Amino acid sequence: MASHLPPKPTPQHSTATAGGMADSGHARPRGMMRWLLTTNHKEIGTLYLLFSLTMFFIGGIFALVVRAELFQPGLQLVQPEFFNQMTTMHGLIMVFGAIMPAFVGLANWMVPLQIGAPDMALPRLNNFSFWLLPVAFLLLLSTLLMPGGGPNFGWTFYAPLSTTYAPPSTSFFILSLHLAGISSILGAINIIATILNLRAPGMRLMDMPLFVWTWLITAFLLIAVMPVLAGVITMMLMDINFGTSFFNAAGGGDPVLFQHLFWFFGHPEVYIMILPAFGIVSAIIPTFSRKRLFGYASMVYATAAIAILSFMVWAHHMFIVGLPLVAELFFMYTTMLIAVPTGVKVFNWIATMFRGSISFEPPMLFALAFVVQFTVGGFSGLMLAIAPADFQYHDTYFVVAHFHYVLVPGALFAILAGAYYWLPKWTGHYPSVRLSQWHFWLSVIGVNLTFFPMHFSGLAGMPRRIPDYALQFVDFNMASSIGGFLFGISQLLFVLVIIKCVRGGEKAPAKAWEGAEDLEWSVPSPAPLHTFETPPEFHPQQH
Amino acid sequence: MSSRDEHATGQEGVRRTVTRTLVVLAGMFAFAFALVPLYDVFCDLTGLNGKTSARAQSLVDQEVDASRMVTVQFITRGSQGLPWHLEVDTRQVRLHPGQREEVFFSFRNNGEETTRARAVPSVSPSEASLHLRKLTCFCFQEQQLAAGEGLKAPLVFQLTRDLPPDIKTVTLVYTLYPVQPAQAEVSLHEPITEGDSA
Repeated sequence: MASHLPPKPTPQHSTATAGGMADSGHARPRGMMRWLLTTNHKEIGTLYLLFSLTMFFIGGIFALVVRAELFQPGLQLVQPEFFNQMTTMHGLIMVFGAIMPAFVGLANWMVPLQIGAPDMALPRLNNFSFWLLPVAFLLLLSTLLMPGGGPNFGWTFYAPLSTTYAPPSTSFFILSLHLAGISSILGAINIIATILNLRAPGMRLMDMPLFVWTWLITAFLLIAVMPVLAGVITMMLMDINFGTSFFNAAGGGDPVLFQHLFWFFGHPEVYIMILPAFGIVSAIIPTFSRKRLFGYASMVYATAAIAILSFMVWAHHMFIVGLPLVAELFFMYTTMLIAVPTGVKVFNWIATMFRGSISFEPPMLFALAFVVQFTVGGFSGLMLAIAPADFQYHDTYFVVAHFHYVLVPGALFAILAGAYYWLPKWTGHYPSVRLSQWHFWLSVIGVNLTFFPMHFSGLAGMPRRIPDYALQFVDFNMASSIGGFLFGISQLLFVLVIIKCVRGGEKAPAKAWEGAEDLEWSVPSPAPLHTFETPPEFHPQQH
Repeated sequence: MSSRDEHATGQEGVRRTVTRTLVVLAGMFAFAFALVPLYDVFCDLTGLNGKTSARAQSLVDQEVDASRMVTVQFITRGSQGLPWHLEVDTRQVRLHPGQREEVFFSFRNNGEETTRARAVPSVSPSEASLHLRKLTCFCFQEQQLAAGEGLKAPLVFQLTRDLPPDIKTVTLVYTLYPVQPAQAEVSLHEPITEGDSA
């Protein structure tokens, strides 16, 4: 790769930064070692993205096993025990292995470029936090081959199902989750340190692109709740192996305590998986509307408000454990309150497009689909927030439909939108328009065919996590299964797009999209390995 | 914020940020464990988890509220392969708040050897647990039964008059848990009579 800026030893160029070795004239490690030892934020970002894509397909195959079994009522393909492992592993891998690392990968690539920094603040730590992930997930996947099978208690691993009644491999599951958690925490520390200390001269916090803002807030959420997750799984480990009774009623513990602790982590975790998506969409919609983002400041405050509220709503996952009426009302109202800042965001995206000069390039297609479909997921979330109604919806396919709408056409579509948006910057080539459009439309059709019928089967009372179902749900499930396979197979098109885009295609200039304004578009496409070694000139936009 | 022109201050800033985030991290990890006792205290005060006092309480001397009746139901459950049978003689009683009531429970060890077990109570709705006072309960201690041995044990309790009027039915569930011999020595304690605070 040709370097845009000639490497020169400058005082700000410490040996700890990525360029240290290359610039001092030593040979860079080649082959495997190059990737194993890299401290470059772009290479680590690429590793994160490829890792998450791999996990996305593994988790996707597990989902397709589930959908294949549910194509017809009765048991055809797998035994219930294995079915439980598939639902559990699908959830764990998609949450911790696909969505979260994908956002961290995008942050690694784009945050330094968007704030005009030469690299992440802690490049070696960055390398470590990535390489923890393959170890963690190999360990997690290996539990499937252990005697007694892998985790089979759902991705929420409620005690005592995950302690007293769990397979012996559970301790390995806990260890792998610890590793993934440490990786997330280190990634978050790195992102916070980068954003707070390495911005281009003159860039104030309120000048930062929204992707940077949303990631800063997400990183704070990670710092706040990943230790709680670590605490919960440590308690589980002690209950299983050392005879403690944190969650064991026989010894004076309380299984409901597990749910409180888990969801105290789990609800902010939900926003960890969506806030960066808001940031990506807030970059793409203004670009392809050729207007500034409407209500920049309100976007920042809305993101912060969502993050703060996320700590006050956890018990809406537990309406049926027997909470006092006052608690049900409190958590119902705080949950509904989240609709306000979220509504501000959706309003701002629409207002940005209003009277804009809109074009529908692939990133914009995915971003628009995000706005519409995420809102569908938001509405079903409001329905679930109604405590008395939740007694009916709880643990049905309605819940499955809800969180898949916010995670698949929500978070995942935003990641895909981001990938299409920044692929010209990463590879120097535009992704194939025809293939991307096929990918987009097949994905939209597939995703809605999969998840929309689940609303109906759920409202009619079909329980989640069960390999068999009553005959009345046959049609909905067949539709869901066909949609699931359509969606899964059409993701292979995305791989094809990436491969073609890396190998060639229409050359992209530095500013690959007409309306794109942020700093990453001031460096050449493809972005050279080292950028912004001297801080760029930054002229704040009028937000 | 420091710019990279001032290299030293930039590194200093990174170090400061990292130190602060590490402090927050350690704090949150400790907080997760602190939540365990905090939750117990919170539940003691609010009755949130439907646990009853593990110690004998004295009767509150008060007039019986004859204006309303409350149904108290009893459910018993075995657990985890323990070969015991636990049965309540009266499945359901109707009483006035303030009234003292006595119900007998029968234990039987159907197994081949001597085992120990403990009955763990849970009250539903959980708010009622604050107003349930137990004078005597087999759940205060563990029980040890030889093979084939049976035991009849009383529960003497009172629902205080300040029981919220919207609670018409209170359900008491007793789940039997086996006690391992090693744990038995540690957790065995004599019931202590608590002072009246209601």
